[in-house]
Amino acid sequence: MSSITKPLIVTRKLERNALGLTRLDYEGEMSTLCAGCGHDAITAGIVQAFFDLALPPHRAVKLSGIGCSSKTTAYLVSQGHGLNAVHGRMPAVASGANAANRSLTYVGISGDGDSLSIGLGQLCHAIRRNVNMLYVLENNGVYGLTKGQFSASTDVGSKSKRGASNQEGPIDPVLLALSLGATFVARGFSGDKEQLVPLLMAGLQHQGFAFVDVLSPCVTFNDHEGSTKSYTFIRKSRQEAAGFVPYQAEIATQYGAGSVQPITMHDGTVLYLRKIDEDYDPTDRAGAFSYVSERQAKGEIVTGLLHIKQDGGDMHDRERTVATPLRDLSFDELCPGTAGLDRLMDEYL
Amino acid sequence: MSGNGRTERSEAPEEEPPARVNDFAFKVATANGTGSASANGLILKAIYRMGIPVSGKNVFPSNIQGLPTWYEIRVNKNGHVARTPRFDLIVAMNPSTYAQDISEVVSGGWILYDDSWPLAKSLIRQDVTYIGAPLARMCVEKFAGARERILMKNIAYAGALAALIGMDVDIMQQLLEETFARKKALLGSNHTAFTVGYDYVRENFGLLPVRLEAMEPDGEYVMMDGNTAAALGCIYAGATVAAWYPITPATSLMDNFRELCKRFRTEPDGSRRYSILQAEDELAAAGIVVGAGWMGARAFTPTSGPGLDLVSEFVGFAYYAEIPCVFFDIQRAGPSTGMPTRTQQGDLLSVAYASHGDTKHIALFPGSPEECFYLSVQAFDLAERFQTPVFVVSDLDIAMNDWRTPRLHWDESYRWDRGKVFGEEELAQLKTFSRYLDVDGDGVAARTVPGVGAEGAYFTRGSGHDRHGRYTETEEGYQEVIDRLLVKLETARRVLPAPVIEQHEGAVAGLVCLGSSDAACSEAIAALAERGHQVNKMRVRAFPFSNDVGAFLRRHAIVFVVDQNRDGQLRTLLLSEVHTDRTKVHSIRHYSGTPLSADHVLEDVLPVLEPHDARRRPPHRSTEPPLEALRIMSR
Ligand SMILES: Cc1ncc(C[n+]2csc(CCOP(=O)(O)OP(=O)(O)O)c2C)c(N)n1
Ligand code: SF4
Ligand SMILES: [Mg+2]
Repeated sequence: MSSITKPLIVTRKLERNALGLTRLDYEGEMSTLCAGCGHDAITAGIVQAFFDLALPPHRAVKLSGIGCSSKTTAYLVSQGHGLNAVHGRMPAVASGANAANRSLTYVGISGDGDSLSIGLGQLCHAIRRNVNMLYVLENNGVYGLTKGQFSASTDVGSKSKRGASNQEGPIDPVLLALSLGATFVARGFSGDKEQLVPLLMAGLQHQGFAFVDVLSPCVTFNDHEGSTKSYTFIRKSRQEAAGFVPYQAEIATQYGAGSVQPITMHDGTVLYLRKIDEDYDPTDRAGAFSYVSERQAKGEIVTGLLHIKQDGGDMHDRERTVATPLRDLSFDELCPGTAGLDRLMDEYL
Repeated sequence: MSGNGRTERSEAPEEEPPARVNDFAFKVATANGTGSASANGLILKAIYRMGIPVSGKNVFPSNIQGLPTWYEIRVNKNGHVARTPRFDLIVAMNPSTYAQDISEVVSGGWILYDDSWPLAKSLIRQDVTYIGAPLARMCVEKFAGARERILMKNIAYAGALAALIGMDVDIMQQLLEETFARKKALLGSNHTAFTVGYDYVRENFGLLPVRLEAMEPDGEYVMMDGNTAAALGCIYAGATVAAWYPITPATSLMDNFRELCKRFRTEPDGSRRYSILQAEDELAAAGIVVGAGWMGARAFTPTSGPGLDLVSEFVGFAYYAEIPCVFFDIQRAGPSTGMPTRTQQGDLLSVAYASHGDTKHIALFPGSPEECFYLSVQAFDLAERFQTPVFVVSDLDIAMNDWRTPRLHWDESYRWDRGKVFGEEELAQLKTFSRYLDVDGDGVAARTVPGVGAEGAYFTRGSGHDRHGRYTETEEGYQEVIDRLLVKLETARRVLPAPVIEQHEGAVAGLVCLGSSDAACSEAIAALAERGHQVNKMRVRAFPFSNDVGAFLRRHAIVFVVDQNRDGQLRTLLLSEVHTDRTKVHSIRHYSGTPLSADHVLEDVLPVLEPHDARRRPPHRSTEPPLEALRIMSR
């Protein structure tokens, strides 16, 4: 649930899903993020996806690292267990939790700092492991929580709030995931629910690691120009008191398949999102890679379900784990007892 | 130098010394990667099967092929089988270390070498006996192919050695049959190689005064290393999720766990009641274990010093978020990469207070493979009961060397202790569930596991939280939880494995040690008793220390604390955690990378107990810890 911009009193009649639950059953604590933060819109999208799929909320497991984005696990599906790990280390915790119990629905939420800087290694290896989970990277091109430093997805030439210009090349999480052999790769935009919610739903249903990079404006710290996927905050005409964070309205859009949609950000810069064509073949990994990189060279950010491999076999298939969640196995199923030990001891005589 | 003679008998000693039965030490010098390890293992096992207390210490390089490696075997009818640096016999099979090896044999000792090539004159000592056997030449005659010749030379020196020290050949034959039960072709060549070495030495030399005689063992034993026993403990404790990143000397723990899982945890259709994940590093391995523990599975990761540094981030998280998990720290010589294949006890302080902020962790210190098994099982119970990381702190000596250890037994009445976990039933009786609320004063709050239902759902975080698990930055909310963690550890302290104390009538001092130091300390104490000094011994088995530990320190006018590290870390821990007069505490430290020997202990104890004895040289190390250690102690 997001703060400030959303009405707190629900007036219209509540819609119910197949489990007889309302959207409220999928909400969480009140968000403490800045008004207009893209992350809140993604939270709403995840809530919607859970609701639409009629997933039992108490079977949800929400994991995250550290950052504004990572805080949002607390703002959704409060009937499920949540865990804020240490910075950049959520993929490992998710791998372990999933190894212990394959029967729950796993959602990991992370930021570009959390996933592409400090946690890059863990992300890569969770992809390789093909942990069955939805992994949402809330990508704002900046470290929000530590107040606006460059992240690993900041573009060359982007300026920080203090005027420094970033000179290190960005990591594109989608190309990264494709090259690592991710079995589900998608990109969305926090402001485009029409596209985002189905992507999240598909990711939740995917058997394996479903990676969704979501462009998510940081209204407070992304203060630079000339970037393909950043959201400069120009305050030319405005005098601000120190520590004042202006309220902003969420940026929303809707556009058709195959089209390029210019999106004007809070600061007036324009972001060109290209929605993949209807005849785009997401099963072709190499094709996906060239499609995304070619458009990128033209200054377009491709969105949509970019790649899917359905028979990928998740971590449990590969490890041949039993169907019963490991954590539910009884002691008798695990301990070989006296007979086992005696036989074994005879081999060490 | 050898000319046509095969033995280089020096002038002295003139007479044959009297036979010394079941009380000697020898070492085998080879190059690694030549297959000598299996021959050495056979020698060790044959002696062990003769019922004689024996130990084998593998001194090996951090390398795959061609560097010197040694295998030290000690037999002692009284059971004192700690490492000794005094070797009666050297099996010198590596010309590149001849000089060093020959210099290490005691005066009056023996050197078995391969006289297919002559020995350099400079290597001849007048006070030892040289026994030359043309092992390589004989193997060339018997076997075709370079590989087989190299491999079989190892079994040939085992044969030669067997003839010198009176090894039971029937037992050896039996061992060869067991070893090569599934490779019958190899059995024949191994038998031939053994016989070649054996017959040659029997015909040309005969028995040495240091020799073996079968004994009736005083109990039921097995020959096992600590990592095998610890892996077995993980199986018996019901651990299902294991994560790791390979590192010596922890790797074999996971290798063993995997083998045991294949055997005991595999369904007929091949599906597995376990999951072993090889992570990208130890930090991720720790995260996996934390995730699995949070989910309600028993999970562990084995690592060593360099990995300990990496896991610390998650250790702090699990401590504060109160997540059960088990870490094995198989210590090796640090700092940094240090000496990966050498032993030490240098991680005690790092383990005790791992991670930043106020933390303190439960650690168990097995002193033998036997304890590696029992304490591993207990570690999982403690982790779940106290919802916290638990360390099993072993070392390379225990972990990777084969020990004659009491046969393991399983108590069928044992049931795992899952601690306070609320399921649907318990939750139904509650108005509200508060994750970090201590209702009965033991410092432990009930937890729930994911999937249990909305009533039991909560948010786990390493950031400030109150008794309900809610994010907090308030003084009271934060401090209440932090204070309760201390209460919890205090409860744990009372149930952790007690120290093992050995008391003697009229004792003048007390000696404290832990882990693999035990055997050397026992031997030193026996030697001290012979000199008229009775010394009590306490082997610490857990941190935080129980009240018995403090009482032992306070009860003795003189206390020796034995450490296998430079800075006296056990001493530091004791002095910072226990009230006692620090001036009476003497630090004994050995940290060269070899296992501790009784000599090392005596060297530092005797000057304290016999200060006026002019015969004793002053110790080359002071008994005060160096400045660094003092600084840590006073923090
Ligand atoms: C080990 C460690 N180093 C640094 C930090 C400080 N820190 C907290 S959040 C953050 C960056 C978060 O950036 P991102 O993941 O992009 O999240 P955002 O706030 O932008 O959503 C940093 C550096 C930390 N918590 N832990
Ligand atoms: S700082 Fe940026 S990322 Fe963080 S809450 Fe505010 S808008 Fe969102
Ligand atoms: Mg960010």
